[in-house]
Amino acid sequence: MIRLDDVTKIFPGQKTPAVKNLNMEIPEGCVCALIGPSGCGKTTTLKMINRLYEPTGGTIYINGQDVSKMDPIELRLGIGYVIQEIGLFPHLTVEDNVATVPREKKWPKDTIRQNTEEMLRLVGLEPKEFKKRYPSALSGGQRQRVGVARALAADPPILLMDEPFGAVDPITRTRLQNEFLRIQEQMQKTIAFVTHDIDEAIKMADNIAVMQEGSLVQYATPGELLSQPVDEFVAKLVGSDRSIKRLHLIRCREILKKPAGFLRAGTPLEEVRKEIENSKIRIVLIVDGDNMPQGIISAGDLEQRTGRVAGDILREIPDYITGDATLRDAFSMMLEYGQSHVVVTDKNDGCQGYITLGDLLEVMKDDDAF
Amino acid sequence: MTPSKPLRWMLVPLALIIVACLLVGYALKYPTDSLVARLITISNVNKALKEHLGLVFVSMLVAVFTGIAFGIIISRPIFYVFGRVIENVVNLGQTVPSLAILALFYSVLGLGFNVAVFALWLYSILPVLRNTYAGIKNITPDVIEAAKGMGMNPWHILTRIELPIAAPIILAGIRTAIVINVGAATLATFIGAGGLGDFIVTGLSVRRNLVVFTGAGLAAITAIFFDYLVGLVEEHLVHW
Repeated sequence: MIRLDDVTKIFPGQKTPAVKNLNMEIPEGCVCALIGPSGCGKTTTLKMINRLYEPTGGTIYINGQDVSKMDPIELRLGIGYVIQEIGLFPHLTVEDNVATVPREKKWPKDTIRQNTEEMLRLVGLEPKEFKKRYPSALSGGQRQRVGVARALAADPPILLMDEPFGAVDPITRTRLQNEFLRIQEQMQKTIAFVTHDIDEAIKMADNIAVMQEGSLVQYATPGELLSQPVDEFVAKLVGSDRSIKRLHLIRCREILKKPAGFLRAGTPLEEVRKEIENSKIRIVLIVDGDNMPQGIISAGDLEQRTGRVAGDILREIPDYITGDATLRDAFSMMLEYGQSHVVVTDKNDGCQGYITLGDLLEVMKDDDAF
Repeated sequence: MTPSKPLRWMLVPLALIIVACLLVGYALKYPTDSLVARLITISNVNKALKEHLGLVFVSMLVAVFTGIAFGIIISRPIFYVFGRVIENVVNLGQTVPSLAILALFYSVLGLGFNVAVFALWLYSILPVLRNTYAGIKNITPDVIEAAKGMGMNPWHILTRIELPIAAPIILAGIRTAIVINVGAATLATFIGAGGLGDFIVTGLSVRRNLVVFTGAGLAAITAIFFDYLVGLVEEHLVHW
C-alpha cells in the first residue's frame, strides 16, 4: 500500500509548487493511474515515491513505513521502475538489461539466468531469440516489453511506470496493455502509472487520480469518473464520448457468445445451413485443426455464394482480438473493418466465440453492467 | 574469401612494421655520404625508438588515467559550473603550441626525461579529459535516471552504465591524444630527452634530408600504429 500524506514539492528557484498538498492512497494490489495535462505534477509525484525527488513537505508511506527514513537504494530495489523505451541500457544485451536488479541484489548466477528467461517468456519474448540482442535491434514494442520484464525481474511488490506504453503505435499499445493486464491479474502488484491517455487510464486502472496544476482534482474508479466527473475540467478530460469510453470497463471474455460448437472447413453446406438456422444471430464460425478461426459464414453468404463445403463460401476474418481486450477494442475493430462482429480468440486455447454490435448495444443499455 | 579476424587485425600493424623496416633498411644500405652512415646506425635507431616509445608510453599511461579520472570528477552534477569552466580552459590549453609548452617547462623545471614526460602528459591529457567529460555528459538523462530509479548505487551507475556508454568517445579521445603525443614527442630532443626527434633536428642542422626523413617517417608510422591499436580495442569493446 502506498499512502501520500499532504505531499508538496516545490522545485528550487520556483514559486508555484509542482505538487501541492497531495493526499491519496493506493491500496495493495491496485492499479492507480495518474493523469492530467503536461506539467500537472503527475511525473513528479511518481518520482517522489521512489525518492528520485524528495518532497518539500508531507510524507509518503509504503506499507506504513515513511520512505524518507529508508535507505534510497534499498527502497528502489524493492520498487520496479519502467520508463519509456529509451530507458533501456543501450550497451547491454536484453539479458543483461533484465538482470540489472537481480545483479544489484547479488542473486546467484544460475538463479539470475533462469529468472531472466522466465521474465522474457512472461512478456512474450522467446529467450533464445532475444536474450543476446541489443536494444537497438528491437522494435519499439519489444523494447517496451523488455522494460517491463526488467522492472518485474526481482519480483517487486510495487511498480512505478512513467508512460509505459507511450512510445509505440496504437495497435501495439493495445496489445501491450492487454498483455500487461493479463500479467497483473496473476501478479497482483501495487502499481502507480503516469499517462496522458484517458483511454489507457480507464482501461488499465482500478483508481484514477486526475491532477491539475499540482493538485488532485478527483480520485475515483473509472466508472465513477465517467459517470460523475466533479468539475468541468474532469468532464472535459474524459471527453464527450464518455459512453464509448465506458466500453473500456468490460472485457470481451465477460460477454462473448459461445456457439455450441465450431464448424470445420470440410463441413457440408447442408449442415452449415442447419447451424445458422439454429443460431440466434445467424452466423457460424469456421475453425481449423488448432481451433484457430478461419472464417465466418452468415445467412446471407449461404444464399449469395455457391460451393459444396463450408470452406468454399466462408469469408475470411481480417483480424481477431483476445478475451483480455475491452469492448472498446472490439468496437474499434468492428468500425475498422466495417463489420458488425468480431471473433475472440486466445493464443493458447484458440477460438472462444464472437461479439456482435448488437451485444455492445445491449451492454450499453444496461447501466448495471458497469 | 575474407581473411579471419585475427589475421585481418594483424594486417595493418604488419604492413606498418614492414614499411618501417624498409625505410630504415634503405637508409642503412644507401647512405648518401659517410656522415649519414654515421648518424643512421641500427643502434642509433634502436636507441631513439626506445626513448621515443618510453616517452609516449609513460606520458600516455599517466594521461589516460588522470584524464579519465578528472573527466569523471568534473562530470559529476556537483561540479556543474566548474565542469564547464574546466572544459573551456582545456580547450584553450589545446591551442598553445607544443613547442611553447616544452619551452615553458624547460625554463621552469630544467632538462631531461621527466620534464619531457610531464610536458607530454599535460598536452595529451586534454583530449582524454575533454572526451571523457563530453562522453558522460552526452548520455541520455533517461538512461541514468532508469539506473538510479532501479536502485543501482552511484559506483555501479558509473562503472556499469556511464563509462561503458561513454567508452567509444573516451577511446576516440585517447586516439587523438596518442597521435598528438607521438608527434609532440619528437620535440623532446630540444630538452635532451632524446627520441626520434634527434634524427630530425640533427638531420636539419647538418642538412641531410635522408636523416630527417628517417626520423619523421618512423614517428609517423608509430603514430598510425598506436592509433590503429586503440581503434582495435574500441572495435573489440563496443558491440552495440
